Amino acid sequence: MSFGQLPYDVAHLLGGAMLLTSFVLLYQRRVPAMVNALAAQGALLAAAAAWQGMVQAAPQLYVTALVACLAKAVAIPLALRLLIRRLDLHRTVETALGIGPSLIAGVALVALAILTVLPVTAGARAIVREDLILALSVLLLGMLMMITRRNAILQVIGLMSMENGLILAAIGAAGMPLVVELSTAALVLVAFVVAGVFVFQIRERFDSVDIGFLELHRGERR
Amino acid sequence: METAASLLTQALHLALILVAAPLVVGVIRWLKARLLGRRGASPLQPLRDLEKLLRKQPILAENASSISEAAPYVALAATIAAAALVPSFAHGMALAPLADLILLAGLLAAGRVALALAGLDAGTPFGGLGAAREMSFAVFAEPAFLLCVLTLAILAGTTNLDAIAGTMRDGQLGLRVSLALAFIALLAVAVAENARIPVDNPATHLELTMVHEAMLLEASGRHLALWEAQSALRLTLWLALVAAIFVPFGAARPGAGPIAWSIGLLAWIAKMGVLCLALAVFESAIAKMRVFRVPEFLGAALLLALLAVALLFVSTGLA
Repeated sequence: MSFGQLPYDVAHLLGGAMLLTSFVLLYQRRVPAMVNALAAQGALLAAAAAWQGMVQAAPQLYVTALVACLAKAVAIPLALRLLIRRLDLHRTVETALGIGPSLIAGVALVALAILTVLPVTAGARAIVREDLILALSVLLLGMLMMITRRNAILQVIGLMSMENGLILAAIGAAGMPLVVELSTAALVLVAFVVAGVFVFQIRERFDSVDIGFLELHRGERR
Repeated sequence: METAASLLTQALHLALILVAAPLVVGVIRWLKARLLGRRGASPLQPLRDLEKLLRKQPILAENASSISEAAPYVALAATIAAAALVPSFAHGMALAPLADLILLAGLLAAGRVALALAGLDAGTPFGGLGAAREMSFAVFAEPAFLLCVLTLAILAGTTNLDAIAGTMRDGQLGLRVSLALAFIALLAVAVAENARIPVDNPATHLELTMVHEAMLLEASGRHLALWEAQSALRLTLWLALVAAIFVPFGAARPGAGPIAWSIGLLAWIAKMGVLCLALAVFESAIAKMRVFRVPEFLGAALLLALLAVALLFVSTGLA
């Protein structure tokens, strides 16, 4: 199928909207707005999974869509908002790189994704390649967010965003078994809980969630 | 016969745009007032304001040069020329072969330069402030617009606005990601170019927050009427541009008859109504952003347009 046909157009629009929410995550300065953007990305992922389930006639993708909707669009943003309220984090966020350079680095990462995927998938159709590029871009932008933010909560958001990219790639490939997706989701949920515990420990020890304080306690220094 | 029809549509289009421009501004102000819980002035109020101002004699500062006298005419002429090129209810008008998007960008830039020079001319501090801010926004807004033009040109094979609108109307392109990203970038550029919230508040009376009005503080009488008309025409032009490129359904094909024109006219009025409502709701829902955040906003629009072009290279197999 090619462009101009509704199934692939809608799938690509949903993937592109997820990429857009990744850029919104890089652009925002306020923590509650970032949680909203993460919830929007989860909702778009659920919509993309449901659409792929309809197009590929694979009912297990509907289960993925339901899990994605409940976990990523509802439960994790709620938990993050509770964390933010408990930690009293309503200030604007300090970034290690600056908003403008972060956006430029984001576009450079998308270019990197394009340059990586195109030679590897040389024989495939253009739609599959663009799908993979969108998913890899979301993953790389989540990683960029983890690197350029000094706030522990925002690093958790970056991790969640990376996982959204993974699931987007998984639902695009036809025939992925459900058990792989469920196990990945369970793993990331556990990682989220562990990260939450760490955030509280950091807060208790240093009275702040700026991970710069961790630098003083690394092993190499005296 | 073809040329007579195209000349007639061009003349009707020009008359339509000139009448619609103050009405668009009036309707948006009325809608914003209603959304804020006020009654609002009548949508015909900008027409009455223009009529009042045209009768008055302009007062110029002592050290103002001839630029202050010539700039309103230059800007209005450039904006009318640009408005004549953007199709509204029919494609295939007489000036359609000239309707190049890059030419459009150049005409809008000429209007912006005239406005900035008029702001700088009297030597007042607020005029210089407004001119500096306007030019610093244009540094990002113009490349973003040109990258959107690049996206559309790669898809349609030409930068001619009529041909692009025709290709979008035929629907062969589908709902691409690049078109969605280019649409968002174009909306951000349109908000910045027309001095709307979140970039600039068109209703502000605080000089330190002004960008566009600061350059008009010295204008009065007939000149102010021309500047207001130019700003209304620019807003109508941008809304018509967004409607012509991204919602081209209903416009009459080249060489169609008066019935197709009437359908096109009704479709255009509906599209403009929806766009005015969307703009009024958007302006009432968010706050103006700080001035030094606007380059970030426009830089993000520029990077989105760049992303649209990059993804387009992938999907059309040019990479």
